[in-house]
Amino acid sequence: MRLASLGLTPARLASNLPGVRAEATASQLLLAGRAAADDGARLLGLWASDGRDRGRGLCVHVLLIGTEGLVLLEHALPADGRFPSLAALFPAAGRMERAAYDLAGAASDQDDRRGWLRHAAWPASWFPLRRDATSDAPAAPAEPASEDYAFVRVEGDGVHEIPVGPVHAGIIEPGHFRFQVVGEKVLRLEERLGYVHKGIEKRFEAFAVTDGGRLAGRVSGDSTVAYATAYARAAETAAGTPVPPRAQWLRALALERERIANHLGDLGALGNDGGFAFGLAQFSRLREDVLRANLAAFGHRLAMDFVVPGGVARDLDAQQLAALALQSQALAGEVATLRDIYDEHAGLQDRFRDCGRVEPALARRLGLAGLAGRASGQAFDLRCDFPEAPYDELQVRKAAREEGDVAARAAVRFDEVLEALRLVRAIADRLPPTDLTGSVRVPLAALPPHRPGVGVVEGWRGAVTVALEAGPGGSIRRCHPQDVSWANWPVLEHAVIGNIVPDFPLINKSFNLTYSGHDL
Amino acid sequence: MTASGFLSQLLQLAVALALAPLLVGWVNQCRAWLQNRGAPPLLLPYRTIHKLFSKDAVVAHGASPLFRLTPYVVFGAMCCAAAIVPSLATDLPFARAADAIALVGLFALARMFIALAAMDVGTAFGSLGARREMFVGFLAEPALLMVLFTASLISGSTSLPTIVETLAHRELGIYPSLAFAGVAFTMVSLAENARIPVDNPATHLELTMIHEAMVLEYSARHLALLEWAAALKLFNYSCIGLALFLPAGIAEGSDWLGMAAAAPLLVAKLAAGGFALALIETLSAKLRIFRAPEFLGTAFMLAVLAMLVHLLLES
Repeated sequence: MRLASLGLTPARLASNLPGVRAEATASQLLLAGRAAADDGARLLGLWASDGRDRGRGLCVHVLLIGTEGLVLLEHALPADGRFPSLAALFPAAGRMERAAYDLAGAASDQDDRRGWLRHAAWPASWFPLRRDATSDAPAAPAEPASEDYAFVRVEGDGVHEIPVGPVHAGIIEPGHFRFQVVGEKVLRLEERLGYVHKGIEKRFEAFAVTDGGRLAGRVSGDSTVAYATAYARAAETAAGTPVPPRAQWLRALALERERIANHLGDLGALGNDGGFAFGLAQFSRLREDVLRANLAAFGHRLAMDFVVPGGVARDLDAQQLAALALQSQALAGEVATLRDIYDEHAGLQDRFRDCGRVEPALARRLGLAGLAGRASGQAFDLRCDFPEAPYDELQVRKAAREEGDVAARAAVRFDEVLEALRLVRAIADRLPPTDLTGSVRVPLAALPPHRPGVGVVEGWRGAVTVALEAGPGGSIRRCHPQDVSWANWPVLEHAVIGNIVPDFPLINKSFNLTYSGHDL
Repeated sequence: MTASGFLSQLLQLAVALALAPLLVGWVNQCRAWLQNRGAPPLLLPYRTIHKLFSKDAVVAHGASPLFRLTPYVVFGAMCCAAAIVPSLATDLPFARAADAIALVGLFALARMFIALAAMDVGTAFGSLGARREMFVGFLAEPALLMVLFTASLISGSTSLPTIVETLAHRELGIYPSLAFAGVAFTMVSLAENARIPVDNPATHLELTMIHEAMVLEYSARHLALLEWAAALKLFNYSCIGLALFLPAGIAEGSDWLGMAAAAPLLVAKLAAGGFALALIETLSAKLRIFRAPEFLGTAFMLAVLAMLVHLLLES
């Protein structure tokens, strides 16, 4: 990216990916954003921090990823000023900007001023992520929580609204979906999220950098390895601590097993939502096998707290590795059989094909990313594009489709499960031995204060980003986790347009985005 | 009406009321086995109904008396239907009051009330379910009527006991028309009883529901009656199917010895039918809702074909 030509002075960004960071003025931010968008770069994250105690005012951080790596743009707002909105360049930025205002009070100049994560749980004039917001949130004034949220309505003959959620008939996470339909046809869908806002970013500030990984691993339980790894890489690269190679390989092992377990669960759920409960029963059984083997190998069914800053919590012996490799072999056979059943089931394929289609052109424009992106021709996978050890030696095969429908997202999952099973076997096979100390964990060096570190990991949904800024004395000053779901939730609204109402659960499941990791 | 006729009528109604939840439990059990899952207890539907009866009912604000009345109307309609479908014997005094066409009318009455009640409370899901239910119903009813007409043409009567007597106690005759009618009837039964591939009785996805969406607002005794009525509907459809296509063994008149023999046979036939239903549900995925017209159109076409075959080959 031509940052220098815009008058920016790029410095190296501490990250596990190649990257630069630069301070930008408002106009430079907009110009750099436009140049990046023209170059085909994608938005990974946007968040705000409070630098007023350091005389910098409120800061907006924009993280982009292009062919050369990461670009972190930092823009300090003037007092009471607004920053230029990037929503016209990167549509997903709109909600991130609204969240940045809700949490830190950094306002963009976009027209949509509706709250996003703030549901009247605290007063509109109080911003939890500001440095002076040290006490508990003041009691919110008595105002309706979300009834006054202005959904965009469609007017016309026979058009009516269907509100769904946040409490659903099944046991799933809370989110509100407002459909504008005519008959069974969906004209418009609008999401309302934020119901599981837990104040995770604020909570990070109470942790030391060495302990923050535990919280990062709990941002979204289904991606705990990805979050813990992204956090660890952010801390390690900021501190300049090299990780033992064996630990890197073991992290990849846990990450691939997380991918396998989640894809298996999703494939079963996709069958079930198509009315094919046989698929759910079979895939649930396979997933359970994976989780039990995880418990034996990593000490936790989801491998929670296995990845720690500086390495991994425990080593695996040859016997455990052999067991995992053996299980992968058996699973590959079973998954292939089930894939045949899915592919040849006329009724199921009729539900999957042409359902919730996102054309590649639309996917590119809206910034569809991760697994759903790869099903719509957006063939980006950090394991292939910026391979870090051990992926640089494993030659990951990228799964990619062009069709962009539910069938394509199922096919990408099948491809990725089979590839991940191969990777598990390869890792178990070629795992480097421990070094002379016999340790898979090194102590984390002290982080220089106010120097951001960014960790980006290809989780099962897509990129999981953690940006970490340490304060004095090894404390966390600001930690921002960003899930790929921020990019994909808005695209789901487009995927549903023109489909029929009863197909929405299937389309939603084929994306399977996180609520917890989004609402923070 | 003779005393024995009265008793036979009462007995068959009692059998329907008692066995209907068992049939549902059996189907659920078979389905779980076929999907390699651990099965729920066979008697779970009874326990659910019992549990619901002992709860306090919650009724939505603004619900009209129609909403409270509906469970009783639906349950009553299903009881009436059970009283005119011969399950053990053909001596059903009540059946003289209502023939096969009235039977379809009874099902339609129940459907009408449940759809009105679903719209009564004004929730989006109720209206959604009611709309889809009528959409399925208006396609299913003609097909069901056609099937019954075919059987009526063979036996020369629209009264179900007479049809059974004709089909069960005639010298062995082969009716190709009934083969077509049987397939059509199976398809209609799947749709009418909210089974896969038209509806999914086990779904928790409110946007895809048909029958479940209509009863979402019901609780306690109202829901118990609706659940029981749904079980009765499945039982009734099974018995109509058995009466038309597998009538052997149903006692003629009120032959008490014959009825004693018919009871275990009925249970065996229902068990086999329930297993077949579970098998169909396991093997199919749910249809996209706008494929339902194709599905039920096929059923109607097969039923018409059955009638044509009868007129051309059998008369």
